[in-house]
Amino acid sequence: MTGKVEKSKKGTIIKSEYSSVKMQVEDSVIKTEGDYKKTPVYIYYDWCVNCGICVAFCPTGVLARKPDGSPYVKYPEKCIHCETCDRLCPNFAITGAKR
Amino acid sequence: MSSISQKTIHHYLRHKKKFPHVWCPGCSNGIVLGAVIRAIAELKYDKDNIAMVSGIGCSSRMPVYVDFNTLHTLHGRAIAYATGIKFYKPEMKVIVVTGDGDATAIGGNHFIHAARRNIDLTVILINNNIYGMTGGQYSPTTALGDRSTTTPYGNIDPVFDICELAMGSGATFVARTTAYHALEAQAFIKRALEHKGFSLVEIMSACPVIYGRLNHKGDAVEMMKQMKENAVPIAAYEKLIEEEKKNKYRRGIFRQIESPEYTEQYQNLIYSLQEKQGVQE
Repeated sequence: MTGKVEKSKKGTIIKSEYSSVKMQVEDSVIKTEGDYKKTPVYIYYDWCVNCGICVAFCPTGVLARKPDGSPYVKYPEKCIHCETCDRLCPNFAITGAKR
Repeated sequence: MSSISQKTIHHYLRHKKKFPHVWCPGCSNGIVLGAVIRAIAELKYDKDNIAMVSGIGCSSRMPVYVDFNTLHTLHGRAIAYATGIKFYKPEMKVIVVTGDGDATAIGGNHFIHAARRNIDLTVILINNNIYGMTGGQYSPTTALGDRSTTTPYGNIDPVFDICELAMGSGATFVARTTAYHALEAQAFIKRALEHKGFSLVEIMSACPVIYGRLNHKGDAVEMMKQMKENAVPIAAYEKLIEEEKKNKYRRGIFRQIESPEYTEQYQNLIYSLQEKQGVQE
């Protein structure tokens, strides 16, 4: 990969020469701290490819798609913490919060 | 709910170097990789005690992403290399990740003879019904009448049933599931890893970009829904009438038996000969 690579305590930051995109990879990529009722599902947009599998197979319809196809949490109160999205994501880009 | 968090999964991945991965959007290989890692995390195996071997293909890119001992080898010869590893280190857990074309067409002979020997390998065969990486040629599991880049007017070759092939060759653990049934796949991989002897887990997967596009099967979600409908448990499949069986296939554990394992037998032979000739170690 071309671009500048900066290493810090938190992880590696790769700055691309050709665009302003920053990719940040940390040790625990998706942070799962915080209130699980407010944000039951965490999405890591840098790895997400907008395939729509998590939105289609969520049993209670927590997730919905933005106009560009990427998922977001629409109804956080509906989440039953079944982790179907976590298991069916081919890109490791979504995870349920720890209860 | 006891579950394996993403942090545990990232412990087994080369997540700083190789991610995000190269598989197409909606490809099931990532789901299978997740199932494999969850099964290994559940069994609490040491990372250095696992070897993952693969040949060439979409599914065979999997060892690139995991932090075990990995080997990316010639097309179809993954099982031959894995046999070598198992001989040198019989205590090591050797996992072979392979595709349908890789295992049954190009490496068909290696596959059936490893099954006949009953050598302790865990073969995870990801079946997407086509050669995805090399450009969409038809494979031995492309269904009758399906299109590929080398059969633009429909395939006329009958299909291989890989589980039947493995059972006919003498494999001692044979199971089939789909990428949609990820939890079942995880359970089957766990049982296959624990099993002593040649174990095969065939996982039907969706290839929306090449197979799905050429055969008008829809996008990734649509193909996953078809998997959910068409994969029927073994007991339920036998109750179906002949007309309903069209397009449907069985999933579940076909065989799980105990049989003498090859590397153990080989070691016993060495010990018995040493005793006969009075050789001291």
